[in-house]
Amino acid sequence: MAAPVQSPVDTQAATTQTMTIGKALNNGLRASMEADPKVLVMGEDVGKLGGVFRVTDGLQKDFGEHRVLDTPLAESGIVGTAIGLAVRGFRPVCEIQFEGFIFPAFDQISSQLAKLHYRTQGKLKAPVVIRVPFGGGIGAVEHHSESPESLFSHIPGLKVVSCSNPVDAYWMMQQAISSDDPVMLFEPKKLYHSSALKAPVDTTATPDPLHSSRVVRHGDAATIAAYGPSLPVALDAATAAQEEGRSLEVIDLRTLSPLDLGPVFESVRRTGRLVVVSEAPSEVSLASEVAARVQQECFYSLEAPVQRVTGFDTPYPPAKLEEHFVPDLDRVLHAVDNALEW
Amino acid sequence: MPSPEQWTRPDPGAGPAATAAQPSPEQVIAGLRATTEGGAELTQLLTPEGERLEDSRFDPYLADIDAEALRGLYRDMVLVRRADRESNAMQRQGQLGIWVPLLGQEAAQVGSGRALRPADMAFPSYREHGVAYTRGVDFRELLGIFRCTDHSGWDPAEYGFHPYTIVIGNQVLNAAGYAMGQKFDGKVGNADDADNEATIVYFGDGATSQGDVHEGFVWGAVYDAPVVYFCQNNQWAISEPTERQSRLPLYQRARGYGFPGIRVDGNDVLACLAVTRWALDECRHGNGPVLIEAFTYRMDAHTTTDDPTRYRLSDELEAWKLKDPIERVRAHLARAGSGEQDFFDSVDAEADEFAAQLRDFCFNMPDPPPERIFSEVYADTPAALDAQREEYLSYLAGFAGGEH
Ligand SMILES: Cc1ncc(C[n+]2csc(CCOP(=O)(O)OP(=O)(O)O)c2C)c(N)n1
Ligand SMILES: [Mg+2]
Repeated sequence: MAAPVQSPVDTQAATTQTMTIGKALNNGLRASMEADPKVLVMGEDVGKLGGVFRVTDGLQKDFGEHRVLDTPLAESGIVGTAIGLAVRGFRPVCEIQFEGFIFPAFDQISSQLAKLHYRTQGKLKAPVVIRVPFGGGIGAVEHHSESPESLFSHIPGLKVVSCSNPVDAYWMMQQAISSDDPVMLFEPKKLYHSSALKAPVDTTATPDPLHSSRVVRHGDAATIAAYGPSLPVALDAATAAQEEGRSLEVIDLRTLSPLDLGPVFESVRRTGRLVVVSEAPSEVSLASEVAARVQQECFYSLEAPVQRVTGFDTPYPPAKLEEHFVPDLDRVLHAVDNALEW
Repeated sequence: MPSPEQWTRPDPGAGPAATAAQPSPEQVIAGLRATTEGGAELTQLLTPEGERLEDSRFDPYLADIDAEALRGLYRDMVLVRRADRESNAMQRQGQLGIWVPLLGQEAAQVGSGRALRPADMAFPSYREHGVAYTRGVDFRELLGIFRCTDHSGWDPAEYGFHPYTIVIGNQVLNAAGYAMGQKFDGKVGNADDADNEATIVYFGDGATSQGDVHEGFVWGAVYDAPVVYFCQNNQWAISEPTERQSRLPLYQRARGYGFPGIRVDGNDVLACLAVTRWALDECRHGNGPVLIEAFTYRMDAHTTTDDPTRYRLSDELEAWKLKDPIERVRAHLARAGSGEQDFFDSVDAEADEFAAQLRDFCFNMPDPPPERIFSEVYADTPAALDAQREEYLSYLAGFAGGEH
């Protein structure tokens, strides 16, 4: 009997599955671990439990305890030993359980991880990935809803990225792991298991480069730049504006350090208006950096000052108040109105 | 206390170093089972069967604990457990965002908390509802944290009870610093003991791996600070058994820092009371710090969002149920003839009432107003923040006025 001829569509079906962001991150980790025996996963509760968000679910069972390490409870220890492992030739992927618990590791990240390559003039590389679930909107207690990505983007020597959808989650994880530079992957925790964001992930596709931003919706009235957990509200705003006859362009920044603002400049030169959305406080932040660079590059195209819709310059409030703190549809539309009516 | 020479480096896999007894290496490696045995070094004054053991070292610290006082401790634990269970249930009903159960740790918390004097200071982690209760913090004041209306309710100075600390280990350094302050203020080693003070700080077995905890030990030691490090070893740090944190029993770590460490049966309220009184006494007299490892068990999930069936077996819980902290006091009272059924019934009725009040309070808790976001960020508020608040409030007022 002749073997059935596979149509291209069938092949694609076999390599494409629909999944959540959480599952895509898990699959991305799995793919990297299969491809390279030097890839390790380490963190608190990442093994048997599969992480408190289950992003590492099943990996210890399949790859063993020497590849997926339930570490002692110490973030400085997790990152510090990951650096040593990396120097020794491993590619550790560290999980920080919640962004609010990364600060014990701040010293190792800033003093060692970020500077190893520079200090040794490239003789040592530190291919460590630090995964950080971040952002609010999950009704949690203190330290579980913060957005510290600007702090890390401020550190030369580190690369910082954030995913907002399953396709990026799948590829950014693998690209971060294969990067010879240390990469912090900020994962939008409130979107991990969002079924609304489930999307087909084709594992044979060619992904966009890791450090590139992307236009995710075209428009010409104003531009919204956002990343990670703020993408859905930016897209909702564009949909709502469309109903009023205004077409908004939405850009997913994706890479926070280095920033890739070429597509933003190009867009703002057409729209003349920019709204930057982020959950982090705005003072001395990524949103401010984007605003500064856009006014520098697009000064003569701007029809209105760059608007920032962000968390307030306060600690993250008790979660009963987080709906005020996290940029919502009304606040984004209000900023769009401000930009358009300037 | 054994000297370091008395223990040898454990042969990996030959035994669970952190607990000095029982589960097989495979079980430890699998992380499936924590031990139920505290080992020979465990200080216990009341057996799980309710039998009072004599102890020449610690009995003097219980001289005032007559039948009435013991009934008081029993009542404390029953009320605290009932409030804990009610809060857990309220989380299930959507009234609380999360709950952190203390089930099983009542004796460790009530015993150590009742050892404190009003002038002493306690630094909790996030599970110390029983200690809060002994400090006079109304259980209702804890709920705001878990209903997410507040980050911390009570006035720490009023109760001698610091805010809950969620970032693992942070509070150990803060407590060491507070105790240094007590010493610098001349509140240690006075002839009149009423003039002396001490600090106690609570943390878990998992926390012992944090740099802050290690540094807290170093600071307390170097400054002879009057601080009792009270580690509740409840066998688990979420899904990781204590073996993930240490090769040797945790209390033995104290030796390396130069102060005494002691392991107490954390399910024995009398032992926890006596040993903590002793430790605080040492601190007040200038012989601090002291490390206490309360050997206990987290009988419920880590929090209401946790699913322990993923990492531990239920027979472990069954074994610990036999060591229940409340049941042994009840058995002892009944055995000694000082606990009549009437008394147990009245405590249960009181607990029901306590829970009902808690419930009523919780269901009627108001949400905080939006201006709370901006309030008290600083002692001296920058003008820019005032302006941000005003801008946001007027934006909100715009909705009320139908502008949008
Ligand atoms: C610095 C930091 N890292 C991680 C966490 C997340 N976390 C909360 S509780 C916990 C386990 C703590 O275990 P243990 O110290 O034994 O205390 P227990 O919860 O058992 O009382 C972890 C990892 C945290 N709160 N802070
Ligand atoms: Mg514990």
